Amino acid sequence: MASKVIHALYTDDDVLMDAVKQVRAEHYHIEEVYTPFPVHGLDKVMGLAPTRLAITAFMYGCVGLTVAITMMNYIMIEDWPQNIGGKPSFSYIENMPAFVPIMFELTVFFAAHLMVITFYMRSKLWPFKEAENPDVRTTDDHFLMEVDASHHDLDTMTSFLSNTGAVEIKVIDKQEDNH
Amino acid sequence: MYTLSSKLRLFSIILVVIGALGLTYGFLSAPKTIEDVKEMAAHDAHGGGHGDVKATSGDHANESHGTETHGKEDAHGGDAHYEHTLHQLQNKPWAALYVAAFFFFMIALGVLAFYAIQFASQAGWSPVLFRVMEAITAYLVPGGIILFVILALSGFHINHLFVWADPEVVAHDKLLQGKASWLNGGWFIFRAAFFLSGWMLYRHFAVKYSRKQDEDTAGNKWYKKSFKIAAGFLVFFIYTESMASWDWIMSFDPHWFSTLFGWYVFASLFVSGITTIALITIYLKSKGYMDFVNNSHIHDLAKFMFGVSIFWTYLWFSQFMLIWYSNIPEEVTYFITRIEDYKLPFFGMVVMNFVFPLLVLMNSDYKRINWFVVMAGVIILCGHYVDIFNMIMPATVGESWFIGVTEISAVLLFLGLFLFIVFKALTKAPLLAKGNPYIEESKHFHY
Repeated sequence: MASKVIHALYTDDDVLMDAVKQVRAEHYHIEEVYTPFPVHGLDKVMGLAPTRLAITAFMYGCVGLTVAITMMNYIMIEDWPQNIGGKPSFSYIENMPAFVPIMFELTVFFAAHLMVITFYMRSKLWPFKEAENPDVRTTDDHFLMEVDASHHDLDTMTSFLSNTGAVEIKVIDKQEDNH
Repeated sequence: MYTLSSKLRLFSIILVVIGALGLTYGFLSAPKTIEDVKEMAAHDAHGGGHGDVKATSGDHANESHGTETHGKEDAHGGDAHYEHTLHQLQNKPWAALYVAAFFFFMIALGVLAFYAIQFASQAGWSPVLFRVMEAITAYLVPGGIILFVILALSGFHINHLFVWADPEVVAHDKLLQGKASWLNGGWFIFRAAFFLSGWMLYRHFAVKYSRKQDEDTAGNKWYKKSFKIAAGFLVFFIYTESMASWDWIMSFDPHWFSTLFGWYVFASLFVSGITTIALITIYLKSKGYMDFVNNSHIHDLAKFMFGVSIFWTYLWFSQFMLIWYSNIPEEVTYFITRIEDYKLPFFGMVVMNFVFPLLVLMNSDYKRINWFVVMAGVIILCGHYVDIFNMIMPATVGESWFIGVTEISAVLLFLGLFLFIVFKALTKAPLLAKGNPYIEESKHFHY
């Protein structure tokens, strides 16, 4: 479905933050904001929900700990409890100090790697992915705000956006949603 | 300006009085002669088999007293066990006093180290907390003097706390003879005086410069001086703290040694100090004295509590696991006595100092909730009391340990003293160090 969006370009992150606040106060819908670097507080003024990535990492860590304990309990205690250098292999708890380094490392390993993979999946990043950048300057020194303009009067929106400090305003006909 | 409420003053005086009474009771109820011990053991035996346990454990006498027991065995024959128990029970009130004295002193010392680190690292978030830290370190002087007196009494063998201080024991012990050039009363006391005076000297000048900086509106002269002495102090501190931990804690087990012990004790005092800063800040804020402290400051303190708790655990485990793994008899007795006789406190403190703060303080939102931080802080402080208890008691009272009237009274005594001195010191200066060049940044600190 064809839809109209306005691309407003800014050259300063402070101006951008103010613009985001004004646009939201006017109840226009911001589709996306492209910035060359993280702008602190941008997510807050845009009203984005906080990330739950840390919670997933905690759960992945628990999985890693469980894997480590189950693996070593099976291998070292249940399957073939050998006497290796006099270390007690009668129960898991008796030989636990020797397993702690592995338990720790696997917890960290699972938490870190699975969280990173979750991040890639959630933000749809992979090696041959086509870049979604609407304007090459947004990776260098420009900030771009994409505002939905389908059901609004284009002229009032354009003048409103240029009042917020935009250096360049473009009306774009989108053929398909690339999200 | 903070004013000491009469309620708090009364509360701390009551704590001191109760603590002093309980401790006096502890000293008076300690057995005087072997006959007293025999009578107590007989009572215990009636109570249900406890006497048997003691009789068997007397054979593998606590390592540090081992030679002493063997020396006496020839002379007194069957009384050696009772003699041994007598010494443990006589040590009990002294050890309780010592653990509590050291625990509160180490809080002040940990805060002093944290304070110096804030200056040396030019931290922008913490200057609003400087007056709280300065007030807590006020305990360093009286606490240090009390600790010094107890150390001097022990170093010259007024009590049995340090076995190496007993000339009779050293005469029968080749290992202690070998260490006598380091572990002897005079040199021990001299070192203690040197460490304590160095720390107190830094504390004196740091506070003085901080006050002067308040009046100096034009420049940062006193701040720069404070920065320099903080850096110097940190170098001095890490050497002296390490040596102090050998002297004041590790030498309770003079047959045993561990190279990371100094770091381990440091982690313990550091986390206790940071926790105390957080607790006192939250208290003052709840009373409306520190409105410039926001929940981001509390969040940062809670992060430190969380991180240093894990650092402590890392060192605790590194020490334990290396010794457990290699299982060299001369090293491993340290943990064998602790696991056999102190199972609950030894493993309980790992739960209190690691598992509890790990789970409670991991969530970023919880670190901003005052009562959550207070709850975690109280558990951490109790955990580190048990930590010090575990380091000192096995070598002084062995299997005769108990957390009873004597131990709790000693804690109350020093808690009262600590609260009184710290809150008295808070009244001495405005709660905002207004001359500090980072104070504006700190007031607007936001995470």
